[in-house]
Amino acid sequence: MTASTAEVLLDVQQASRSFGGLKALSEVSLHINRGELIGLIGPNGAGKTTLFNLLTGVYPPSSGSIILNNESVGGMKPFRINRKGAARTFQNIRLFTAMTVLDNVKIAFHQHAKHSMFTSMLRLPKHFSGEGEITQKAMDILKIFNLADQFDELAGNMSYGNQRRLEIARALAAGPKLLLLDEPAAGMNPNETRDLMNLIAWIREEFDLTILLIEHDMSLVMGVCDRIYVLDRGMLIADGSPLEIRNNPKVIEAYLGQEA
Amino acid sequence: MEYFIQQLINGISVGSIYALIALGYTMVYGIIKLINFAHGDVFMVGSFIGLFSAKYFASVGFPPVIVLILSLVISMTVSALLGITIERLAYKPLRRASRIAVLITAIGVSFLLEYTGVYLLGPQAKGFPEIINKHQFQLFGSSVQVDSNQMMTLGTTVVLMIILQYIVHRTKIGKAMRAVSFDMEAAQLMGINVDRTISATFAIGSALAAAAGVIFGMTYNAVDPMMGVLPGLKAFVAAVLGGIGSIPGALVGGLLLGTVETEISSLGYSSWRDGVAFAILILILIFKPSGLFGKNVREKV
Repeated sequence: MTASTAEVLLDVQQASRSFGGLKALSEVSLHINRGELIGLIGPNGAGKTTLFNLLTGVYPPSSGSIILNNESVGGMKPFRINRKGAARTFQNIRLFTAMTVLDNVKIAFHQHAKHSMFTSMLRLPKHFSGEGEITQKAMDILKIFNLADQFDELAGNMSYGNQRRLEIARALAAGPKLLLLDEPAAGMNPNETRDLMNLIAWIREEFDLTILLIEHDMSLVMGVCDRIYVLDRGMLIADGSPLEIRNNPKVIEAYLGQEA
Repeated sequence: MEYFIQQLINGISVGSIYALIALGYTMVYGIIKLINFAHGDVFMVGSFIGLFSAKYFASVGFPPVIVLILSLVISMTVSALLGITIERLAYKPLRRASRIAVLITAIGVSFLLEYTGVYLLGPQAKGFPEIINKHQFQLFGSSVQVDSNQMMTLGTTVVLMIILQYIVHRTKIGKAMRAVSFDMEAAQLMGINVDRTISATFAIGSALAAAAGVIFGMTYNAVDPMMGVLPGLKAFVAAVLGGIGSIPGALVGGLLLGTVETEISSLGYSSWRDGVAFAILILILIFKPSGLFGKNVREKV
């Protein structure tokens, strides 16, 4: 599938980002079509998370353009990009650990909420309908992730695997078109990883999502992704189907070092 | 014993004022890690606005209770707008600057408000109108006296605390505040408008300080442009005592500090009152910097 035949959801052109003299990303161009599940791999320090940060507005690109859903989002504030339909998870879990599981998910729903502080304080009917609707939707998402029975637990008290799943649930609650997952399986055992991958494949169908996935576990990336982009030292060194990537000498070199 | 209880009642009344101001310190600290030293002066502005509106509404001939409620509402609204303006103009441009830069800016804003007040209103104290006539109530066979002002002070504080708890724990904006105070960046990435959340925090904190200002005026019957300095610092001590960043901590810290101060005065050491308050600050910072209700936080690396 090429860009011309399918609808492009995300189009990054020549995006660069420097920190002082360090070029963390240089002239990265990539595109993701609607409905694709794309892998982003590369050795440590290659710039994968930096790219995620550009896509979600944590910092603006030094140069280049980012088009999401036919709209330029380069340099836009994070909460706006989130509302435009890009949601993410973090490499290091960043849940609101002092809040309940349910509140973590509800907070991401709030941009869709119809009620305001005043309707809530005065307990007008809109508060109950709005809040009830959000609670219901949040519980539905928690059910999908098998977290519904722990809804009243503080997020910080959950097991590691469940915290990872809650992060994805929270990202989904924002109703994204594009879901960015930063090493969702980090620290999970092979069984948990396999379950998670099945879940990701399932939510992609169910919520009609486009997913960009950073992952270190090669077997996993190769198994589920439609296409893969490879970053090394801030530059895109390869892209293609999992099979092409597996046999690409540049990729092998980046990961294993040059043959002596 | 009756004497002790009498002083306890007086202390709670003073402490309520500290607590209301301390809430603003603690909320702002919780969300942007700034000790907003201009907060005491927002309290002063709130007090003056209360004074002007009380005079106006009394001259129009409204009944006292309505005058009180209108003065409170107007003073809280105007101060909330002032709080938002201060944040937008002075602190927001420094959001990514070092914390010390913002702190010094806060001290600058504090001076600006104080001396603008002196310039416009003169340095002399102005009399605060007696909005509601004081009634004395006798308890324990006339040995303990409570006046209506003290009861109103405590009542207003309790009502505002309940509203605040409600906002923080049961509304969208409250949830956004807790999320932003926990992890600003993650909150932004979850679609929370951080700027608006911070504005709301300043608005609520300033409104509470303004309420304290009106109550202060009614209790002490005199307001002047420098009146915010000492209560502001005391409220800061109260916030640290309770654990800065903690809302219940600010309430308990304020009441505790007010009580200790009054008891010290009642023992005949009234000139030591302020000294004791700041000695508490020093002791807390040495032995339990996280305060009574604070959590030990590790710096993120």
